[in-house]
Amino acid sequence: MTINAILLDEKDNVVTCVQDVKAGEEVVYRAGDNLCTLIAAQPIPACHKVALQDIGKGKDVIKYGEMIGRTSSPIAKGCHVNEYNIYSVPRDYDSELV
Amino acid sequence: MEFWGYRRAEGRAGIRNHVLILPSCVCGSETARIVASQVKGAVNIVFNTGCSDVQANTDMSQKVLTGFACNPNVYGVVIIGLGCETVGHRQLREKIQKMTSKPVVSFGIQEEGGTLKTIEKAVRAAREMAAEAAMQPKERFDISELLLGIECGGSDATSGLASNPAVGELSDLLVDLGASTIMSESIEWIGGEHVLARRAATPEIHNQIIEVCRAYEEHLKAAGQDCRAGQPTPGNKAGGLSTLDEKSLGCIRKGGTRSVVEVLQQADRPTKTGAIVMDTAGFDISSVTSMVAGGCSAVIFTTGRGTPTGNAIAPVLKVTANERTYRMMEDNMDVDLSPILRGEKTFREMGEKLLEEIGAVCNGKLTKAEAYGFSDIAVDHVCRFV
Repeated sequence: MTINAILLDEKDNVVTCVQDVKAGEEVVYRAGDNLCTLIAAQPIPACHKVALQDIGKGKDVIKYGEMIGRTSSPIAKGCHVNEYNIYSVPRDYDSELV
Repeated sequence: MEFWGYRRAEGRAGIRNHVLILPSCVCGSETARIVASQVKGAVNIVFNTGCSDVQANTDMSQKVLTGFACNPNVYGVVIIGLGCETVGHRQLREKIQKMTSKPVVSFGIQEEGGTLKTIEKAVRAAREMAAEAAMQPKERFDISELLLGIECGGSDATSGLASNPAVGELSDLLVDLGASTIMSESIEWIGGEHVLARRAATPEIHNQIIEVCRAYEEHLKAAGQDCRAGQPTPGNKAGGLSTLDEKSLGCIRKGGTRSVVEVLQQADRPTKTGAIVMDTAGFDISSVTSMVAGGCSAVIFTTGRGTPTGNAIAPVLKVTANERTYRMMEDNMDVDLSPILRGEKTFREMGEKLLEEIGAVCNGKLTKAEAYGFSDIAVDHVCRFV
């Protein structure tokens, strides 16, 4: 079985599709030695992200094991994660100093 | 892991033994090119300033020129000056001679009576130096002598998904073997600077990483440029990047995960061993220029769309995970990382393959850009010409 998505880090709650995936098709990715699957609930274009689980409104979206943004609306498992449903959480440099 | 290299009196081992024909200003660049073309074993760089610059620009240029001369891949240096540039050939030679004991000679076009007379003398000097260089035997060195520059350019969605993570694995493998790597392009840390800072070996280094990003953002603001406006770009979003954080995390992943032991200014030489970062532009050619001036003897370069770039002093190994780009631009691409995106190989497995490839390049294997004799440089600057 070949993959059509990439998991960047085991802590992630999204994977990135490397091919266009139609709604109802399987998303297949490697997690360590295991092949994992889920069903795409929406069409996911190549290089775009799909939620691995239900992510409530205001929750962190994790890719590379780090927060890449926060949800502005709930995202159900298998749905497309994009600039319309996540946003960058503002930070200021002063708060990042130790 | 070991490689065959060239011992230098100062600093790390070289993996090439070039005679560098070094212009001290733009007016010496063409003559330097002709001199290098006459001598096997010689390389030249094309330097496009050296005159009518503010002091800060002159300082940066001098750091780059002296850094190139001191790079471990350089056996000796032939400087070509004009005579009325800001820092003349004698002054540049004296600066370099204070930093290294390698052979350095210099000529001025006005003193010699024009380009042809300069070419005659400089070719003779370069030929003698190249003959000596060819006699230097290679020796075995531990891979810990290697300082590798890490760069990305002409990126696309495959860069953050596959090639940068694979190069991050390479960086970790090298650091674990005692070698050093430099990740630069500080402008591209913005958005993920807090994550990079978490890798800092000390609280001081943590804060330096944050301050580098703050200073860069303020510098661009002074020129009327907001580096966050329009980020990620519409093209980035169409390519699947939803936030600046996501874009930046894909970029900094190429530096691996090991503790950051030093934050360097542009073109500075490291004083530590391990994972190092350097404050440079995101402009790939300029960033590679600064890392080679800082002493990198090889550069690994990830790309998505494909680029032909090469550096005269340090071999640049170009890798892509975009299968189509590899196929379309195979004459410019060195390693195909697309097996990651087909699920055939892991990041780690491709990192190990890259380590093998870097080992081969250290032992003398020519990268494609090196075989073509490419010599791209761009010296960063802070202000308009005077």
